[in-house]
Amino acid sequence: MSSQSGGYYLPEPSRWPIVGSIGIFLMAFGAVLTMNSVSGGWYVLLAGAAVIIYMMFGWFGTVIGESESGKYNKQVDVSFRWGMSWFIFSEVMFFACFFGALFYMRILSVPWLDDAETGTLLWNGFTAGWPVSGPGITEQFTPMGAWGLPAINTALLLSSGVTITVAHHALKSNNRAVLNWFMFFTIALGAAFLYLQAVEYSHAYHELNLTLESGAYGATFYMLTGFHGFHVTVGTLMLIVIWVRCLKGHFKPEHHFGFEGVAWYWHFVDVVWLGLFIFVYWL
Amino acid sequence: MEAVHDHDHHQPAGLMRYVTTTNHKDIGSMYLWFSFVMFLMGGVMALVIRAELFQPGLQVVQPEFFNQMTTLHGLIMVFGAIMPAFVGFANWQIPMMIGAPDMAFPRMNNWSFWLLPPAGILLAGSLLAPGGAGGVGWTLYAPLTVQQGMGMDMMIFSIHILGMSSIMGSINIVTTILNLRAPGMTMMKMPLFVWTWLITAYLLIAAMPVLAGAVTMTLTDRHFGTHFFNAAGGGDPVMYQHIFWFFGHPEVYIIAIPAFGVISEVIPTFSRKPLFGYASMVYATASIAILSFLVWAHHMYTVGMPVEAQLYYMFATMLIAVPTGVKVFNWIATMWKGSMSFETPMLFAQGFLFLFTIGGFTGLVLALTPVDIQLHDGYYVVAHFHYVMVAGALFAAFAGVYYWLPKWIGRMYDERLGKIHFWLSIIFFNVTFFVQHFLGLAGMPRRIPDYALQFADWNMVSSIGAFGFGFSQIFFLYILLKAIKSGEKAPEKPWDGATTLEWTHLPTPAPYHSFETPPNLKD
Repeated sequence: MSSQSGGYYLPEPSRWPIVGSIGIFLMAFGAVLTMNSVSGGWYVLLAGAAVIIYMMFGWFGTVIGESESGKYNKQVDVSFRWGMSWFIFSEVMFFACFFGALFYMRILSVPWLDDAETGTLLWNGFTAGWPVSGPGITEQFTPMGAWGLPAINTALLLSSGVTITVAHHALKSNNRAVLNWFMFFTIALGAAFLYLQAVEYSHAYHELNLTLESGAYGATFYMLTGFHGFHVTVGTLMLIVIWVRCLKGHFKPEHHFGFEGVAWYWHFVDVVWLGLFIFVYWL
Repeated sequence: MEAVHDHDHHQPAGLMRYVTTTNHKDIGSMYLWFSFVMFLMGGVMALVIRAELFQPGLQVVQPEFFNQMTTLHGLIMVFGAIMPAFVGFANWQIPMMIGAPDMAFPRMNNWSFWLLPPAGILLAGSLLAPGGAGGVGWTLYAPLTVQQGMGMDMMIFSIHILGMSSIMGSINIVTTILNLRAPGMTMMKMPLFVWTWLITAYLLIAAMPVLAGAVTMTLTDRHFGTHFFNAAGGGDPVMYQHIFWFFGHPEVYIIAIPAFGVISEVIPTFSRKPLFGYASMVYATASIAILSFLVWAHHMYTVGMPVEAQLYYMFATMLIAVPTGVKVFNWIATMWKGSMSFETPMLFAQGFLFLFTIGGFTGLVLALTPVDIQLHDGYYVVAHFHYVMVAGALFAAFAGVYYWLPKWIGRMYDERLGKIHFWLSIIFFNVTFFVQHFLGLAGMPRRIPDYALQFADWNMVSSIGAFGFGFSQIFFLYILLKAIKSGEKAPEKPWDGATTLEWTHLPTPAPYHSFETPPNLKD
């Protein structure tokens, strides 16, 4: 079955997708149970996550094996490029949804709560502005400043964009030592970013009283930076896999889409951060 | 060629063949059967609704359960029945129509399908959760969704999984079309069905993540204390509607555009003429897709938008009638002076053409802000979108099944029974839904288990039609099973007007691997 149809690699039947479906189902159902405080829900959720991790090792391992044994020709490579591009586009739309919510609240729904009729009849005394929690929330919070940790984090992520590019050039000129080192630097910068983000969240919760429940600002702040942080985490894990592969001598100067795909993803995460820095932290 | 390859198949037998398969035909068949099962499930829910509405008063179900039925009926039909049906067509047909060996990512293709059963279990299983499924309507509007029980969470996660499936399926389809065409199969030579799926896949990749975001915000509002849809925290329930319909309106075209594609294959075949205005069909489809992202708030005329916004959405929506009109006129021009014959696929295509156009016209009526404010959330809207969804998308799917079934299974369906299925469907469809226009114009609201006495007669007629339509589809299942078990052997090319690759370059039934080596189509 793994016939080279016209040179295009067609994989044999695979059990990984169904394993992934079982994992997703357990995770989703476990999350439902956990959110509704059903005892044992956590175990279902964790079991699902374990199955997903098992699936990822198996599935990606298969793909890496196929790639390294030279089964992927030029046309398959182009398929991967299209596939990754459209996947990143779908991620762009996902973040666009939350950015849309942010702009809608800042520009429309918060000012509406303060305009003539609503302001006097419903929420007397509420003054619109940003950052704000909303008229029905009495608890005060301090917004997150842009020029402390977030600025350092911006510098870290932008630098990681440079280091991964250096690594890519090194890979193309077959300079493996530079490649390995700069992959390591990229991962270190990503990990440092995540660490500082954790520090920032802890600071926000403990000192600024800025929580998920802090109305419009809190919700958009945590959902946007939280989903971004999740994507950085995934990206860092992907970078680690690529780094390990580099250390093992995988990839060739002319054939390394696995590397490039992760680099694209990393740059995408970087660009989203710039949007966050400007619209969530700064303005 | 088959024999050469048979010996190196390490293909598991029985059920495991379908669980592990990486073959686009196996996966296409699974999509189609899954869709049919969900269609029957959603259909039973529709019949619960119509049984309750047979007479005024509450006879059959409690209002809460009635609301769960309308909600699940909508979600199951949209995400479980219609969308997977057309993905099934895409899987079967696109590789054959462009001269490809399979889909670009066969393993991911398998996962796209096998994510559907878990999602379906969560969706339908939400009925068994404490408090039942969410009774919120398929649009899942906040703040009602925030006040529901555990079933709501199951539905939210089901939508996440369905979204993953759709996005992966779409990435696969786009990549297959862009990268796996046979030499000489240029973009503007592709069958229109392939074009419509390319555009639909783009819509899915752009729209599904937005829906995922919307239901995620619902989830965090429910459990994690955010205030996206709560004015007390600076949020706005209307924001949910904006985000939902930014997905929801393209979704309408995600359902309709592949249907256009099927019709654009069937009508030329049975008119024995090439499709009239091929290039204009491509451009019209693309225009519809682009416009579909710019008109979403026409679903929201009554929430209190500024009049300038209402005017914009009214005119932008009416603009969609232009490319849609181009398509309808092109289909008619294709038939003009054609040597037409009316086998079952063509009958369903004709049914589509008449009834979808009626649905399009009522859509134009509803696009008018002042009219819509009268008809909003009433049965006129219900009638409108069932003309588009059932007589549009579903009839196109029937046309496609009858058209391609000989190629898929190598056997013919019973033509006489197929025609009976068509006439039963189209008559009962109109009995069910045409009268709902009257109910809507008379002021009957939707999603209500009880109604005022003056609506009784037409509701009774509509319910009779619905049961008739439902049983006609059991008859369809019989026709399918009969064809698969004991249908006459299909000739190599049962439709003499067919010109696409699957009919001209492949034997009937199609071999397991479509094109081991791509056909050369240059000049």
